[in-house]
Amino acid sequence: MLSDLTIRVLAQPFFAGLTIGLVRELCECATAETFPAGATIFAEGGPADAFWLLEHGKVALGLHVPGRGDQVIETIGPGTVLGWSWLHPPYRWHFGANAIEPVTAVRFDAAAVRLRCETDPEFGYAMLSRLTPIITERLQATRLRLLDLWGRP
Amino acid sequence: MTAPVPYRVVDRRVETADTVTLELVGEDGPAFAPGQFAMLTAYGIGEVPISLSGGGRGGRLIHTLRNVGAVTAALHGAAPGQMIGVRGPFGTTWDVDAARGHDVVIVAGGIGLAPLRPVVEAVLARRDEFGRVSVLVGARTPGDLLYPADLRRWRQRADVRTIVDRPADGWTGEVGLVTTLIPRAEADPDNTVAYLCGPEVMMRFVAEALIRRGLAGHDIHVSLERDMRCGAGWCGHCQLGPLLLCRDGPVFRYDRVEPLLRVREL
Ligand SMILES: Cc1cc2nc3c(=O)[nH]c(=O)nc-3n(C[C@H](O)[C@H](O)[C@H](O)COP(=O)(O)OP(=O)(O)OC[C@H]3O[C@@H](n4cnc5c(N)ncnc54)[C@H](O)[C@@H]3O)c2cc1C
Repeated sequence: MLSDLTIRVLAQPFFAGLTIGLVRELCECATAETFPAGATIFAEGGPADAFWLLEHGKVALGLHVPGRGDQVIETIGPGTVLGWSWLHPPYRWHFGANAIEPVTAVRFDAAAVRLRCETDPEFGYAMLSRLTPIITERLQATRLRLLDLWGRP
Repeated sequence: MTAPVPYRVVDRRVETADTVTLELVGEDGPAFAPGQFAMLTAYGIGEVPISLSGGGRGGRLIHTLRNVGAVTAALHGAAPGQMIGVRGPFGTTWDVDAARGHDVVIVAGGIGLAPLRPVVEAVLARRDEFGRVSVLVGARTPGDLLYPADLRRWRQRADVRTIVDRPADGWTGEVGLVTTLIPRAEADPDNTVAYLCGPEVMMRFVAEALIRRGLAGHDIHVSLERDMRCGAGWCGHCQLGPLLLCRDGPVFRYDRVEPLLRVREL
């Protein structure tokens, strides 16, 4: 029998292609979590001890800039993963994250997932091969934004 | 080359800090279809291609234009009562019928929403003939979003999402590039037709994101608005490989132009 959380994770295209066995393993590190609109999910500089698969609602990633206040850098929405500072030392959030709508998510415990990645290379490879495309896509979008292409039609 | 026909400016609406929408009326003017463009003349200054953003029948043309240089500055400043020269219609049209029975995804960046507005209106006017309809609009800042009243009206019958690069104080919507909305658009990739217009490089990334979702290149229609001069296929200014954008375009299916978009300009 699959747990509720496993069914929820399988319903998201993000982990499509992972075997049920691997999703089950991943869900052993997971809990369900909700945030009301306006809630801080994590604060800039805080310990990056988790990541979230967003099911509903939007999240703003931001940074406090002295003299300019809180600046939103990007918003991310359902179907994607929030947070990757947990992957590498120093395991601290580079940006803060706030719910801008009520958020429903599956939370994964970073230390438990890292431990599984280290001890089970198949699991580790599967995890990284899901996470790196997201990182690449966001990097490419950021690069395009740097070009400020709006000048021309 | 035919001489421009004088049209009168009957309305001028300020859209953003640098963009206005002009309504022009000309006696016995020919019909223009969505996707097509007019060569608009600011008398004594010059002529530029500007897409149809509304109207098109009965000698009534609606154009939204951004002030970027000498000619667009003069047109931007045109007051009601003033005359503007019009040649056209030129170019290919948006094939809205290609989407009948399918989900529709319309993606616009900045001023690119102007030529797509008639597509949204055509789809919503015949709403029952289409599946799910998503309109995804990106702009540099919230103040650069065109047609806020239309966006509100469209929201009642389509999934309309807006995203900006640089949020202003008080903006509670999405921040980022319009490509990031593609994975979330409600559409069945095997049964979707997409229409795109915006900065060319950005639209290439949008098309690639749609293809990653499973759309076929021939189901993606894109308007390419590169610099052009004569509008009639004579001068070669807007040549893209074997194509002349003014004559063979501006609207193309993506599979036809994709290999050419990476070719550097000479
Ligand atoms: C088919 C088509 C449809 C268009 N529809 C619209 C529209 O609906 N609304 C609108 O505001 N604009 C539209 N444009 C763009 C518009 O034609 C140009 O902004 C205009 O020609 C600029 O002329 P100008 O004399 O004001 O500026 P210029 O002094 O000629 O140009 C200012 C700068 O912009 C560059 N430039 C001019 N045109 C383009 C272009 N098309 N692409 C990239 N760079 C360019 C020039 O090289 C120069 O650096 C369209 C262009 C095409 C080809």
